[in-house]
Amino acid sequence: MLNLFQHLMKTSPVDGGPEPKAIGDKQVQDDDGITEMTDLLSKFDPLIQERETLLLTGVKDPYALVMEEVKSPTVAICNGKETILLGTYNYMGMTFDDDVREAGVRALEEFGSGTTGSRVLNGTYSGHKECEEALKEFYDMDHAMVFSTGYQANLGIISTLAGKGDYVILDIDSHASIYDGCAMGNAEIVAFRHNDVEALEKRLKRLPEDAGKLVVLEGVYSMLGDVAPLKEMIRICKENGAMTLVDEAHSMGFIGDNGRGVVEAQGVIDDVDFIIGTFSKSVGTVGGFCVSNHPKFEILRLACRPYVFTASLPPSVVATAATSIRKLMHSGNKRAHLWENSKKLHQGLRDLGFEIGTPEAQSAIIAVIMPDMERGAMMWQALLEEGLYVNLARPPATPANMTLLRCSLCAEHTSEQVDQILGMFEAAGKAVGAI
Amino acid sequence: MASREEIMAKVSELIGPFNNKGVELKEDTTFQGDLEWDSLTVMDFVAAVEDEYDIIITMNMQAEIENIGQLSSAVAKLMDD
Repeated sequence: MLNLFQHLMKTSPVDGGPEPKAIGDKQVQDDDGITEMTDLLSKFDPLIQERETLLLTGVKDPYALVMEEVKSPTVAICNGKETILLGTYNYMGMTFDDDVREAGVRALEEFGSGTTGSRVLNGTYSGHKECEEALKEFYDMDHAMVFSTGYQANLGIISTLAGKGDYVILDIDSHASIYDGCAMGNAEIVAFRHNDVEALEKRLKRLPEDAGKLVVLEGVYSMLGDVAPLKEMIRICKENGAMTLVDEAHSMGFIGDNGRGVVEAQGVIDDVDFIIGTFSKSVGTVGGFCVSNHPKFEILRLACRPYVFTASLPPSVVATAATSIRKLMHSGNKRAHLWENSKKLHQGLRDLGFEIGTPEAQSAIIAVIMPDMERGAMMWQALLEEGLYVNLARPPATPANMTLLRCSLCAEHTSEQVDQILGMFEAAGKAVGAI
Repeated sequence: MASREEIMAKVSELIGPFNNKGVELKEDTTFQGDLEWDSLTVMDFVAAVEDEYDIIITMNMQAEIENIGQLSSAVAKLMDD
């Protein structure tokens, strides 16, 4: 096992996977002639050990936080303490928008709590169609398909588009849902170095000319918050006869004049074949989608298993999504404020002496690089005690085995909150010796 | 056309810059176990082999390759195709 499964394992908590047991270890039969069961969970022993070692150092479990109360898109009560939220991906702060909540309540009352069915059977209500109409308008595209999560959108579209004999070419730092979409399909998978235009071009040129090719890119990569050079990459894909899919999960609503993402900001939205997105970030609810101008797009509704074989989103969810998407079309001021917040936090953290994942603010994600997991966890806890929640990200989800304190800003953070956040980073950083 | 022995020698040469532990290279030397490479090192090394022979070693193929001998055979096969 050289490479593939290490990446596919990004969804698994165990880096590299379990060591196979030697045959001699296996208990075959005891005296009663009953075969002893092999404990399938023993493969997680190294992870259990790692977690116990970390907790023994006195830090709280960073993956077991409970929000007892949520007061707004930017403030919650955690461990009885008022906490500023800086790790929620709630970029545009739509979760508490009055119109959005009102639409959800109305749909809940009029259409009930759930659809109990697949989109292709009894699970398509007028709200699902309205949501797809809102997406078509938002992106100015011909087709939109709503999935129950963003993860399923990637899983479904990638595995359905690229079949046996086709090639999927992807960035090595792609999200787990992209790798899982590859694992679910039967295509040949080719990875290239993160954001490396030349590496992508070389690989495309080496593939058989007549083979089907799908290049999968992301607008913003969520770990470091860096943006892809889509303009060059999409041009190269076109020149080499590859179709393109761009995941704009972390840019929708924020990047580009109309919030259509990095493809819009870099002027290549008309050259992209498929855009994948999610409702669980800027839109402020849950769900996923794919939009496209491809004339045969609608047939995917019948061919795509993660679309067909799952229940559709509840009516209240699609109602909140549609309302939010329509409001995001006219959110230029909020976008401008979010950029200000992001730039201010980036500069402020740098001035304090923290190492940041990008040389300048490229998105609403600011990733603070920690020297190791232990100090990362200590810093995470110190921040929480100060009253600030950020994401602790660790290998194997992170590139180059980095431990990151990932901050994602919200358009509803006030400038004063960003000042407060910087004060908390300074206090926590000094307390744990990180700066 | 390079012979398998030549490929094996070239592969060993390409491993050089990534062989931080100075592991002795044999047919059955494994990348993950013996050389202790992480996924990023694997990617850089695979890219070096691909560039040398102007081939693509897909992740599907990589999943089946554990040691230097298997890699050399895979490269030889790709050159034949």
